[in-house]
Amino acid sequence: MYTQGLDQQGNKTEGPEPVESAERLAAFQARIDDEEKIEAKDWMPEAYRKTLVRQISQHAHSEIIGMQPEGNWLTRAPTLRRKVILLAKVQDEAGHGLYLYGAGETLGTSRDQMVADLLSGKAKYSSIFNYPAITWADIGAIGWLVDSAAIMNQIPLCRCSYGPYARAMVRICKEESFHQRQGFEIMLTLSRGNDAQKEMAQDALNRWWWPSLMMFGPSDTDSKHSAQSMAWKIKRFSNDELRQKFIDVTVPQAEFLGLRVPDDDLEFDQETGHYNFGEINWQEFYDVLAGNGPCNTQRMANRQKAHDDGAWVREAARAYAAKHAADKAA
Amino acid sequence: MLSPGIEQFRMNKEEALISYLLRLGDNALVLGQRLIEIVANGPELEEELANANIALDYLGQARMFYSYAGELEGNGRGEDDFAFLRDEHEFKNFLLVEQPNGNFADTIARQVLFDVFYRLQLDALILCSDERLAEIAAKSVKEILYHLRHGKQWLIRLGDGTEKSHQRITKSVQKFWRYTGEMLSGDELDDAMKKEWNGPDLKLLKDEWRKEVAVILNEATISLPGEQWMAAGGKQGHHTEHFGYLIAEMQYMQRAYPGASW
Amino acid sequence: MADQNWPLYEVFIRSRSGLSHKHAGSVHAADDQMAIDHARDVYTRRNEGVSIWVVKSSEIIASDPAESSALFEPAADKIYRHPTFYEIPDGVENL
Repeated sequence: MYTQGLDQQGNKTEGPEPVESAERLAAFQARIDDEEKIEAKDWMPEAYRKTLVRQISQHAHSEIIGMQPEGNWLTRAPTLRRKVILLAKVQDEAGHGLYLYGAGETLGTSRDQMVADLLSGKAKYSSIFNYPAITWADIGAIGWLVDSAAIMNQIPLCRCSYGPYARAMVRICKEESFHQRQGFEIMLTLSRGNDAQKEMAQDALNRWWWPSLMMFGPSDTDSKHSAQSMAWKIKRFSNDELRQKFIDVTVPQAEFLGLRVPDDDLEFDQETGHYNFGEINWQEFYDVLAGNGPCNTQRMANRQKAHDDGAWVREAARAYAAKHAADKAA
Repeated sequence: MLSPGIEQFRMNKEEALISYLLRLGDNALVLGQRLIEIVANGPELEEELANANIALDYLGQARMFYSYAGELEGNGRGEDDFAFLRDEHEFKNFLLVEQPNGNFADTIARQVLFDVFYRLQLDALILCSDERLAEIAAKSVKEILYHLRHGKQWLIRLGDGTEKSHQRITKSVQKFWRYTGEMLSGDELDDAMKKEWNGPDLKLLKDEWRKEVAVILNEATISLPGEQWMAAGGKQGHHTEHFGYLIAEMQYMQRAYPGASW
Repeated sequence: MADQNWPLYEVFIRSRSGLSHKHAGSVHAADDQMAIDHARDVYTRRNEGVSIWVVKSSEIIASDPAESSALFEPAADKIYRHPTFYEIPDGVENL
């Protein structure tokens, strides 16, 4: 992502920061309304910058933390083929986190800062990764449900008004297209397997279904950031619209697998052409968000440990580079 | 006088090739398995991607060696049978590659000590008289050259970085040195491979390995470990205690659900 | 030394020979070789490249968006620089 030399910030002699006059804000909004992309060095309202940094870093953190539940099964994947596929997928998640941090950095916040905010608990990541991957079928369910929910959120972001974020998302969506398929393939194999495998698949669907629906965030009426993000074209569809779309495409897939979606109220509404579904337990959502999910502390402790364990390595590389910078100049 | 082992291999040239392929596959699989244990624990995000690339290369190589071994064997065994349904003593990987990850310096030291050897081994195998193995070796050696580029540079950075990193990488090299002996000293299978298939000459490899490692350690400002006692046994299926846990974890699904497809 | 990120590099990839290098993204790296390796590991996993350039982000000199009207708008009305500006009668070929 094209960055604006982070090291040099504050060294410019451009005079005082331009004020956010009504005129300026209107001109900015007009660019957005014209579907013009905003680039890193363009003027932007502080609130726009802040919203983006919050959303992009949260997205990046989700990719990084999201490596853990699936990484949990890398060493136990049942075949070598599954093992390499899963490894390539988990690697992609690291890559996607990296692209996203890069996009965040173009807004003037360093990756260090974003990571520090994650570790201090100031920044959030997607709650879905606070659920445990207990069986091999969970790897199928994560790919099938979590990735398809993620893709539904992400495809509109490819047209997001902020150029570096949109470009990162284009790359991410392209790479992720196999993630969902490999998940479905795992579920399909299990649902055509022996009784234990079928049971495993159903159990995974039971546990991942509702958390997947929560991935789209609170209902539009309760979502505090939605309206402004829509106006800025950082967001293009509402939480509820995307959730409905996810349910509409996923339920027939579950039927194909011969699995039962764990919702007694689920029924197809002939009139609207959509599925009606049961009440989401938002209390659980807010609990997990607040840190009280099955794996919150474990995920954060792992991340903190990896960060701490790597400190001497990062430092050694810096020291080596500093020692040998002179060789190169000579 | 010929040992009975050599006599046996001479009688069955193809069996020697199969056993050798399995050894190659075991080294690649076990090291790949070790590397995926540390996924999501890397010192920096970019290194996560590097580690996964390296692990993917090894796993891919293991699959090629195993598949070919299975075809030659002709009993219907495939890559997963070799990886998941053999017992500890049937794995013939070097003790070096099964050693636990430890810290980043350990991972890098293990990697470089092995890859310098593996590169030379594959280079020699490109010239072996089995066409298919030569092809796999030619493909794999390109991957290993990249691993070496990555590992060597890290070993040098750590050795010539901070005092702490210097101490750690020095300790790691010393710790693993005793496991390098069995890579470099031939047994009956190595001899048979050389004789029957124009395989690597370990005497030549040993000299080249020592030279190359000495150059790297020198640049990393680490002194070359002296002559010492060498551990051995991996090539015969006698492993360190660490190995049982590695395969227990790796084989869990296939053992718990016999005969299922995944 | 404080634990701070390695310097940021911008990555440019040539996807195949005959094409120019194109900006792909960025990586952090402690030194130049590491930057090339990281760019390789991050941005060419799917066969996307045959050549890589990296440059420290702080070394890039960019035009200032505030000056973009002075820099770029004057080119907008010089339409005679484009072949479509000229009228060629029907029947004249190879022009």
